[in-house]
Amino acid sequence: MFYGVELGSRLLLGTARYPSPAVLERAIKASGAEVVTVSLRREGGSGRSGQSFWSFIQSLGLRVLPNTAGCHSVKEAVTTAHMARELFDTKWIKLEVIGDDDTLQPDVFGLVEAARVLAEDGFEVFPYTTEDLAVADRLVEAGCRVLMPWGAPIGSARGLNNVYGLRALRAHFPEIPLVVDAGLGVPSHASAAMELGYDAVLLNTAVAEAGDPVAMAKAFALAIEAGRLAFAARPLEPRDMAVPSTPVLGRAALGN
Amino acid sequence: MRIFLNDDAHDVEPGTLAAALESLGFGGRKIATAVNGRFVAAAARPKTALVDGDRVEVVAPMQGG
Repeated sequence: MFYGVELGSRLLLGTARYPSPAVLERAIKASGAEVVTVSLRREGGSGRSGQSFWSFIQSLGLRVLPNTAGCHSVKEAVTTAHMARELFDTKWIKLEVIGDDDTLQPDVFGLVEAARVLAEDGFEVFPYTTEDLAVADRLVEAGCRVLMPWGAPIGSARGLNNVYGLRALRAHFPEIPLVVDAGLGVPSHASAAMELGYDAVLLNTAVAEAGDPVAMAKAFALAIEAGRLAFAARPLEPRDMAVPSTPVLGRAALGN
Repeated sequence: MRIFLNDDAHDVEPGTLAAALESLGFGGRKIATAVNGRFVAAAARPKTALVDGDRVEVVAPMQGG
């Protein structure tokens, strides 16, 4: 449930870097995603790629989550969010304020400031953040009702770099929808996020740049479903010592 | 007068943002605009006068992650 919207799928899928629009369309269908992320870029008077992409997105009939990818300042991110709200006709915004070009990690100070400005202006903000608890607190204070901590740097395929931090975030915010956004590489990473009790995952490159994006989209969908089922089934806690699974009582006495 | 649209220089007749966009081939297109870094809503384009040296940003929907 994001800002009052109930969704049937816990996978949010990016639309960039696919080999072709046809593969993108089939991957979206295979993933079962009901939300796709989109962006905006400069277009010249003779260009038509933006218009054709817009027609394609409309034909899917899905909810869109525009991003502010590439923005490095509060001003850029806020202006981009306003452009996105008009262009895509949605209050939802995946807020990215990038702090470092090598890791693409969030500038959490700018992120909190931009989130406050946008929330006060009626936006429903999905902040791309780290797993830092204090930052998450500030984002919630700023009006965010969804938090999207990274698993690892965007496109790195490293999975969940800080399981402890992600677990602590889940425990600290039991009522806030949490989405692991970025850094996942294989379906087991997504399953692990769901087993931690996360509400959803957002990914792009792991599907788009797989050898077979359509099959990988399906694999992620199954892993997310499995992880969520496992979380709901209350998994065992790890133990230091062995515990026999076969009952010892009534075992035949065959020694000596 | 000369304006800069997505960093490219264009000579246009003095007038509004809406008129400049029309003359540069953006009429009827799905775009969003900013002038000198400030968002200008579609409804405000006909009332937004441009001056020499203004920097206009025009963006369209694009794939994103």
